[in-house]
Parts: sequence; C-alpha cells; structure tokens
Amino acid sequence: MDKILKALEDNATLTPEQLAVMFDKEQGAIKQLIRKYEEDGVILGYKAMIDWDKTDREYVTALIEVKMTPQRDRGFDRVAEKIYNYPEVQSLYLMSGGYDLCLVIEGKTMKEVAYFVAQKLAPIEYVISTATHFVLRKYKDKGVIYGAEQVDERGISDI
Amino acid sequence: MNYDQLLSKTVSELKPSGIRKFFDLVGEMTDVTALTVGQPDFVTPWHIREAGIESLERGKTYYTSNAGNLSLRSEISRYLQRRFDLCYAPADEIVVTVGGSEAIDIAIRALIEPGDEVIIPMPSFVCYEPIVRMSGGVPVIINTTFENKFKLTATELKAAISEKTKLLVLPYPNNPTGAIMDRDDLEAIAEVLRGTNIAILSDEIYAELTFGKKHVSVATLDGMWERTIIVSGFSKAYAMTGWRLGYLCAPAPLAKQMLKIHQYAIMCAPTTAQFAAEEALRNGDADIEYMAEEYNRRRRYIYSGLADIGIECFEPEGAFYIYPYIGKFGLSSEEFCSRLLLEQKCAIVPGTAFGECGEGFARISYAYSVKHITQALEKIEAFVKTLK
Repeated sequence: MDKILKALEDNATLTPEQLAVMFDKEQGAIKQLIRKYEEDGVILGYKAMIDWDKTDREYVTALIEVKMTPQRDRGFDRVAEKIYNYPEVQSLYLMSGGYDLCLVIEGKTMKEVAYFVAQKLAPIEYVISTATHFVLRKYKDKGVIYGAEQVDERGISDI
Repeated sequence: MNYDQLLSKTVSELKPSGIRKFFDLVGEMTDVTALTVGQPDFVTPWHIREAGIESLERGKTYYTSNAGNLSLRSEISRYLQRRFDLCYAPADEIVVTVGGSEAIDIAIRALIEPGDEVIIPMPSFVCYEPIVRMSGGVPVIINTTFENKFKLTATELKAAISEKTKLLVLPYPNNPTGAIMDRDDLEAIAEVLRGTNIAILSDEIYAELTFGKKHVSVATLDGMWERTIIVSGFSKAYAMTGWRLGYLCAPAPLAKQMLKIHQYAIMCAPTTAQFAAEEALRNGDADIEYMAEEYNRRRRYIYSGLADIGIECFEPEGAFYIYPYIGKFGLSSEEFCSRLLLEQKCAIVPGTAFGECGEGFARISYAYSVKHITQALEKIEAFVKTLK
C-alpha cells in the first residue's frame, strides 16, 4: 500500500477512481485506505507546488540556524513548539551537528524576516544564538525542479 | 541527371512509410495532444548519464573493438542470464550495435539472399519488411488477429512455411499491439520449427516491459537457442533511445558473419553510449522496475479509460502501446485519426502504419504522464461522441 502513498505524494490530484484503476483495486477499498491514512495522520494534507517566482508575489525565504540550551525534562520540544506556532515559520527541524534547530521562514521582505529574528526568535528563553541565511534561488523542492520549462522534446513521428 | 537510372530499383520501389502525410499534418499543427511516440517519456536515469559523461572526462573517445567493449558484452551476458535465463558467451556470441535497429538489419542481411522467404507477423514494427526486400528476400506476412490476442499461432506459421523459408521474425512483446507470447504460445511455435533449418529473429527490445507475466525468450526453449538471433537494446528498458545502443546475441557461426557487416558499415557502436550502458546493466535493475511499474499504471488507466468511452481494446500485456479497435465508427483508420487530429487536436497513429492488417485499429502510446493521457482521453471521448 506504500505504493499508493508514494503515488499520492507525487501527484495528490489523483482521484480514488483513478488510483483504483491504476493499482487494480476496488474503488471502495482505495477510499477507505485514504480515509484511514488521513485519520491516522499518515496523510496530513494536500497542497499544490507553486513557483511563486512566476507570479507578482513579493517574498523572501530564509533558513535560520538556532543554537539553544535544552530544557530539563523537555529537551527542545517546548521551544520548538513555541517557534512553529508562528505562521511565518514554514518548516522546523531538530538537527544533529553544529546547531540545534533549523527553521525555514517566509516573509514579504528581508526587513520583515530580520524583524522576526530580532523581535520574536532571538528573545525566546533558552535560545543562545541565531544565524540567518537568505535563499537566493530555489532550484528544487520536494523532488520538483523549479524554473525548468517542461517541453516534450521527443519527435512526434517516430514509430 | 537521370536519377531514376542512378538509384537502386529495390530502394526506389520501397514503400515510404504510409502515414507520412498524416505526420506531416501533425507537424504543422500546434497545441496537439499527441499519443504517438514510440519512446519512453523518462530521461535516462542520472547515474547512467553520469557514467557517459565520466567516460568523456576520462578521455574515452576512441573506437572500441568491433563487437563492442568486452566489459560491456560481459555485462550483457550476465544481465541476460540474470533476468531471462539466457546463456551467451561475451567473446563470440554478442555484438553491440547502433540500436536494436542495426541489429535487425545486420541479422537479416547476414542470412537473406534473393528469393529467400522471411515470415513476418503483422502488425509489427515497420522495418522488417523493407530490410528483407533490400536483401532481395520475400516477406511472407502473417496477419495476427484481435481474436488470437495478436499472437502468432502454430497453425498460421505452418501454413506460411515453404521450402524457401529461411527466417521467422518474432516481434514480441509487440509494437503496436502490446501482445506478448508466453511460454505455451512459444512452445507451439517451437514445435513447428524443430527439425527444420529455419532461424528465428526474436526482437526482444520490449522484454523488460511485460505486465503480470515475465517475458520468456524463445531461445530458452528446447532446440531453439541454436536457431535464434536475439535482438535487444537499451532504448526502452533504460529510457536510452537517443544513445542509439543495442545488441544481438546469436550462435557464434552466425554472430561472426553479422559482425563482419557491422565492421564494414559501422566500425563500432558509439563509445560513450557503451560506457553508459555498462552502468545501466550494473546498477539499473531498480530503474527498470520503477519505469515498468509506472507504465503498468498508465496501461491500466488508459485501457479502462478507453473502455469507458466505449472503445474496444485488446488488453495489452507488454510494451507501452494500446491498440484499440476503432472500425465500428465507420471510418477508415486514417480518416479516424485525421479527423481526431483536425477536430480535437489529438494525435494517435493509424493502425495502417503497421501493415494493411492495421485497418480498423489505431496505436496509442501511453509513454506519457497521466495528466496528458487524461487530456487525450477527454478529446477522444468528445470526438467519438460526434460519430455516434
């Protein structure tokens, strides 16, 4: 059944009808399976991959490294929760290596991101230091290549 | 200049591909949803491309030995053993060629003399008949049928054999029908051939793309290895069409003569492609698996989609084509496809491109994304509704 999950991860617009045909299963069984995945929190949501650079939207993305002191009994979880509740935080990871948390944040301008770091992130208790890296260009995200034209270069008449 | 006098009569008289006009028309139009191509929509997997690039960086830009790098032939030998239980010696039973097409060409040319008969099941890939004619051979066509799932039957084969028969072309898994021959089907054919001196040209280029059943090579059957020339290549299994690399496997006395033609005509297959192919064989089994699985999903999807529209199809078991019966709409194959193109901007190949017996059928390739196939199905449905 992992294959169906993978197929949905690659293309969330596939309908249960289509999946049933493609995987040679009953439509009802597919619907039930998807519902189960959703209920169990295996499937958390369905989103579109959007290349915002092709729109008028102004935005910046930054990757921020955070060093912090873990809390007794709670480790990093309490602080992580505090951070991920900010809607501007897109992703948050606990890391091995040179720093502890890595967060990806989106803002309208660099100033807005700087404000977030200075006013919201850095003052959090247990946060020791932050390092902010702005994204200059997104080449690939979640397996999707950005900015590349999708042209079928195959000839039409080869048989 | 009198060109007619200059040109070879045999070549001049070859029929150009019957659907030239149709494709010219497709070429002139824009925004066509095409389901016409006979090649994978995947790009060659990166590790294979990288091996080609690395060979260039290391300066591997010379000719290889005529038969191809021995290391590549050894990998081919191991691969055939591993996946199809076939046994061929790298030293003198394998020749690396410029695509499967060259392998077909030199195999036929090495065997056929004027007057020799070659049995060709149709519909099938378009090159067998012209190559036989260029050698002065006589193509003997067997029209396979929908009722027989487009398989070659022993009865049909028996009826086609004469004293002049030298070669049987066995084009399975089949382009354009998607038919395969399983072990029992092949056994019946083998029974007819045992005790004769007829050779088999088994075109197994789609061997990795069978669905539900594993491909069986005719050469694994009793008394067949010694009469079989296997033609295969990297194009379909590893999405390597543009690299132009294939191979043939045959008993040494046959391979030796085929190699001679290859040597004079080609010298050797492209070196870069040979290095890439070696990587494909060493580390590409997972790529094959992945792509075959993708094709299988699309196969089920398009088969079911056509059925929903009310178009009857033989359920294909191999390659990446489906071959629907469109005769019931009262148009010839070419009319159907031309009107579908003009009225809905959707291109599929008229069955007649693959032989006269293709009348009433069309070939649809599903080497396209699900989204693209969905769009094409909608167009076909809209078109078919206007015919009812």
